[in-house]
Amino acid sequence: MAIEKKDVTAIARLAALSVEEEEIGQVAGKLNHILDVLQTMQSVETDGVEPMSHPLDQVQRLREDTVTETNQRDRYQRIAPAAEKGLYLVPQVIEQV
Amino acid sequence: MHNLSLKTLSERLQRRELTSVELTQHFLDRIARFDGELNSYVTVTPELALDMAKEADERLDRGEGHRLTGIPVAHKDIFCTRDVKTSCGSKMLDQFLSPYDATVVEKLNALGMPILGKTNMDEFAMGSSTESSYYGQTLNPWDKKAVPGGSSGGSAAAVAAGLAPVATGSDTGGSIRQPAAFCGISGIKPTYGAVSRYGMIAYASSFDQGGPMTRSAEDAAWMLEAMAGLDERDSTSVSLARTDYARDLAQPVKELKIGVPEEYFSEGLDNEVAETVQAAIQVLADQGAEVVPVHLPNKDLAVSSYYVLAPAEASSNLSRFDGVRYGHRCEAPKDLNDLYTRSRSEGFGEEVKRRIMVGTYVLSEGYYDAYYRKAQKLRRLVRDDFVKAFEQCDLIVGPVAPSVAFDIGEKTDDPVSMYLADLYTIPVNLAGLPAMSVPAGFAQGRPVGLHIIGPYFEEHKILQLAHQYQQVTDWHHSVATDYR
Amino acid sequence: MQDWEVVIGLEIHAQLTTQTKIFSGSSIAYGAEPNTQANLLDLGMPGQLPVLNKAVIPKAIRFGLAIGANIGRRSVFDRKNYFYPDLPKGYQTSQFSYPIVEDGGSLEIEVEGETRRIGITRAHLEEDAGKSIHDAFPGMTGVDLNRAGTPLLEIVSEPDMRSAQEAVAYARKMHELVQFLDICDGNMQEGSFRVDSNVSIHKPGTPFGTRAELKNINSFRFIEQAIEFEVARQIEILESGGEVVQETRLYDPERNETRSMREKEEANDYRYFPCPDLLPVVIEQADIEREAEAMPELPDAKRARYQQNWGLSEDDAQVLTASRAMSDYFETLVDLTGEAKKAANWLMGDLSKALNQAGLRIDQSPVTAKMLAGLMARVDDGTISGKMAKQVFSAMWDGEGHADEVIEAKGLKQITDEGAITEMVDQVLADHPDQVAAYQGGQEKMLGFFVGQVMKASKGQANPAQVNAVLKARLAQS
Repeated sequence: MAIEKKDVTAIARLAALSVEEEEIGQVAGKLNHILDVLQTMQSVETDGVEPMSHPLDQVQRLREDTVTETNQRDRYQRIAPAAEKGLYLVPQVIEQV
Repeated sequence: MHNLSLKTLSERLQRRELTSVELTQHFLDRIARFDGELNSYVTVTPELALDMAKEADERLDRGEGHRLTGIPVAHKDIFCTRDVKTSCGSKMLDQFLSPYDATVVEKLNALGMPILGKTNMDEFAMGSSTESSYYGQTLNPWDKKAVPGGSSGGSAAAVAAGLAPVATGSDTGGSIRQPAAFCGISGIKPTYGAVSRYGMIAYASSFDQGGPMTRSAEDAAWMLEAMAGLDERDSTSVSLARTDYARDLAQPVKELKIGVPEEYFSEGLDNEVAETVQAAIQVLADQGAEVVPVHLPNKDLAVSSYYVLAPAEASSNLSRFDGVRYGHRCEAPKDLNDLYTRSRSEGFGEEVKRRIMVGTYVLSEGYYDAYYRKAQKLRRLVRDDFVKAFEQCDLIVGPVAPSVAFDIGEKTDDPVSMYLADLYTIPVNLAGLPAMSVPAGFAQGRPVGLHIIGPYFEEHKILQLAHQYQQVTDWHHSVATDYR
Repeated sequence: MQDWEVVIGLEIHAQLTTQTKIFSGSSIAYGAEPNTQANLLDLGMPGQLPVLNKAVIPKAIRFGLAIGANIGRRSVFDRKNYFYPDLPKGYQTSQFSYPIVEDGGSLEIEVEGETRRIGITRAHLEEDAGKSIHDAFPGMTGVDLNRAGTPLLEIVSEPDMRSAQEAVAYARKMHELVQFLDICDGNMQEGSFRVDSNVSIHKPGTPFGTRAELKNINSFRFIEQAIEFEVARQIEILESGGEVVQETRLYDPERNETRSMREKEEANDYRYFPCPDLLPVVIEQADIEREAEAMPELPDAKRARYQQNWGLSEDDAQVLTASRAMSDYFETLVDLTGEAKKAANWLMGDLSKALNQAGLRIDQSPVTAKMLAGLMARVDDGTISGKMAKQVFSAMWDGEGHADEVIEAKGLKQITDEGAITEMVDQVLADHPDQVAAYQGGQEKMLGFFVGQVMKASKGQANPAQVNAVLKARLAQS
């Protein structure tokens, strides 16, 4: 299951990262080196083993449905790279969801 | 003054023989004197520290102080501190003034512990050497050619060099214990859920756990008491029956059964480290602890499992850094995609990007079952090993790392060799167990740590063993020549 | 040539009626200034953690029970990963593998007299995204995260519908259901109830065709139009030898057409995995039983009861169950008066007219069910006539008080005193001897004339029934 150059591009796209054309080969090499180590997992029989997502077998705690928050917009937007009229700004999005 | 125990400092503060301002100023002076070279802090906050110290003195004057009131602390830069830069060691957050305090910070603030500053770390806690920080390498106070370990390398170095009496750290795959071992201090990673993760910037949420980095087990017990407890704001936080972690410190170890996993002394472990750890175990045996062999057969799988699961969680946790609401944003993005990819590619360092890529890959269609799900199953096997082992013993002991602190630059070109060096600490995080590193001597002139692993929520037992060990040894009193 | 068969499945997002967001204590009140209801968690600040809102669980259980589905006793929140400006964390917290409402549910619909049962695959809890505002700044998109984190129940149907009419009938039925269950306010204009339609066509007996997803449709009429347009478009493509592309399309009601949203070149890979910040949601048998006991009567059952117990027509029953508020009002009124038919007449008559004119919902009516019951009681006991009642109602609507107060103030009491009425009748008969002669000569329709004269003489206050009876008796005597 070695990672090829086109896989690097696809992964980078999903992760919203850019990889320079000339670096792709090197990145693929390092990722493959890591995946080789991870591959050792395949040698172990795990049929019937329940996947473990959390260290402790606990259940979700619930919060009361009461408003606890107040408007802090100005304070929060002080650290925003681009905000105007209370809105965060990004380059124009063409397609709409 | 910088090498005194919390107990001594506390007594002197309470008796008003010492003021918090004097104590805080002393550490600030030492930081000014030594940290230019050591680079254990990303941010030093003298004004904040002295303001808080003044307030602490007022409390102490009124006789209203807690036993930690007035004792300054350094926070790993992964903990959000309100209106103070919280960088997580990343260019991404170089300008990030956190709008809020982490629960851990809030708790220690409430006790009146002045904040000296924020300590250096591997970027987003991804690393074992503090070499991936945007703010440069932190040096090991014992040997400036060596790394301090990581990711909480700044906190470890600061405590070891007497630039803070105590510091906070976080441990996802060994990030408290390994730097504690490398710098010759004590550090405990509590049971997952014991210390709130609220405001601790997430690397791998199902592994991350905050904890104290201190000069001794007793100091650690004091700090953990102040840091632990249920936090309604963290769904994975646990309601603890007791948090008086110092309760059993004075109990002798005679009653304790100590398990030594054979697998922790197999190939790959440095001989001198092995001998040092064995000598420490002999000390415990001499104190009356019963030493029994135990087995952790799936130990070798832990590293693979971890390096699938942690990057997977990280790839998602770090998606919020998109240059929109805070953090680094690239200049003049030409479109939305450009904003995302350029902001992230500029803001993140190599190792972070690598782990995001690995994590994205193992979660992607067609690979999820082979990697992610498989790793989740192995995680259970690793945990079950511990559960079985603890049927035969009270605590498990062994090495923290396969070697002493390695040289700066030694492993930077080979991420895999860095990953593999986490083989003793990672299984503990997979299981979510509490574990500690305490100084146990030296090898090749660099500190060696003794790893003490306990069953869920039995931190008090780990601390008991560590403290009793520290009653008959003085490795924890050793200070590197330059910083005495 | 065999006809094309239309295959439709709907995904409905119902916003749950809570005070706060699904994972934070921010208000979800509609219409606030941008980003004033977005707290640290909603903004995706580093170190922030979600804690589940207690109120969403019973609502989801209630829904599951109402459609007869299995309840997920251990449901799990997953992360759906993708980048978008209105998605502050870079992932949406949703339930993928283990939803809170599992399979087994269905909803019965009726189209043109034919009843069909539409399967419901699942329903899961998730958080809403924020809003992108495209027209506020030149060349820039503004992001408002007030809506981010609003609790949604996404209800996924089986591809069981075979026409736009069926799809709309299902959507309407669901819209009615969630309101009766009191889990969603159903306000489509505010986006509280959103319908996405998956539409494909195929020849019966062959596998389903490639589907297009129609999004952003905020009225039932538009859903029907959009699906019909889309079906026609797909038929045209396939019949001219083309292929339908799997994509998301937007419906433009002004042009009555669907348009491709131009999906990103490559299909997205959402990399779902269990959210490590949230733990499994465990539902105990007792939680389910509590909801089952508290389950309100559902519209179908209500309609049947109205017809069987109260003798109302099917149409009337339909109108009276048009909303939860309507049926609540109606049932309160019946409880207070014991007069189902008269109550129905008031509701569908004067009250509806007044509400329509004022543009109010029934739960905003200035005349409450209790007030209306008071009015009906005065008609019933003969204090006022039906005609007077309309006058009283109108005064009550204008805020002039309860029925008794209005009757008192306007002096509207009906004359029921037999002697007084007889006196008036005798006077009228004495004044109109020619008409009396005509009546007695066989022109019985003259009775109406006499009634009118007596009512006039009493200024409308005489009880008409009594007037009638007395008139007949006196005319027979003289």
